[in-house]
Amino acid sequence: MPDNSVSAHGASERTEIAHEEHPAYLRHHFNSTAQQADAAGFAMWLFLLTEVMFFGGLFTAYLVYRNWYYPAFVVGSHQLNVVWGTTNTAVLIFSSFTMAMGVWCAQTRRRRGLVLSLTLTFILGLVFLGIKTVEYREKIEKHHVPGFHYSVQSFLDPQSDPEVYKEYHDKPLVPDMARHTELYFSLYFLMTGMHALHMIIGIGILGFMILRARAGAYTAGHETFVDNFGLYWHFIDIIWIYLFALLYLISRH
Amino acid sequence: MSEHNEHARHIVGPGVYLVILLALLVGTALTVWASYVDLGFWNPIIALAIATTKAMLVVLFFMHVWYSNKLTKLAIIAGVFMFLVLISMTLTDYISRAWGQW
Repeated sequence: MPDNSVSAHGASERTEIAHEEHPAYLRHHFNSTAQQADAAGFAMWLFLLTEVMFFGGLFTAYLVYRNWYYPAFVVGSHQLNVVWGTTNTAVLIFSSFTMAMGVWCAQTRRRRGLVLSLTLTFILGLVFLGIKTVEYREKIEKHHVPGFHYSVQSFLDPQSDPEVYKEYHDKPLVPDMARHTELYFSLYFLMTGMHALHMIIGIGILGFMILRARAGAYTAGHETFVDNFGLYWHFIDIIWIYLFALLYLISRH
Repeated sequence: MSEHNEHARHIVGPGVYLVILLALLVGTALTVWASYVDLGFWNPIIALAIATTKAMLVVLFFMHVWYSNKLTKLAIIAGVFMFLVLISMTLTDYISRAWGQW
């Protein structure tokens, strides 16, 4: 009985809508624009949950190996610059704010505000990658990139690395443990690299959105693309919040 | 359910975003400061607690989950719960293997 009433209700609603005017962007298999937006948002969340599992695997690997080779992970972490890390965290938080403002501008149909918000987000994304490049370059110069040219010099003889030594006074590691710093840097590059790849993809999509927004897209009622891109961008921010805590901070004291 | 879908979507305004922005910046300052204080065993726990608080603020307000429908909320809770099950099962295995040897 309840089934019948539901389908009858659904059918009458559908015929009603079929004869009504509706926005061009409403697909015919949806009852309403609200339902369409809900479905798109839900699908975006399902995608983000697969991303949680993907990054979750990397985080788990990091925690397991940190537990195993704790001394190597502590001195490896001391090679990271907290000032750059903190700056980048702030840059990314600001970019999340400008992105959220972009979503608000799209929802309230402010075209110039949307273009400005997206452009600021785009610039802050590039600033983040610029700072990451500076950090990566330092690792390359010190031969801390895993591979044939990897050097354990800073960990066998910490005083040979005066800048880090004067801050942390690390004791030398035995060669076997020093070798495992390479594992720390492998995970460092894998995790920050995958994060940076997500940023690069995001910045590319932002560029596309800025062009479309200037032409007036997204501010005529159909802002689903901006909404869902916002979810993606905030998700990248969350990943960085955890990367910053785990890679930079927890071995600091 | 269909009635719920007919509601106009909740629009979160700049005021809320600004408050969250400030909270996130304060959280960042707090976690950097806490990382320089030697709390031993508690350092990683505090860092992760602050990170999780920040992540919750982003999810609930920047990502509008506070205002979203039950289906989305349930999907997110289920996904995060699944992730926590996987990570805690893995970690209990690795931590208990060398039990008493640290």
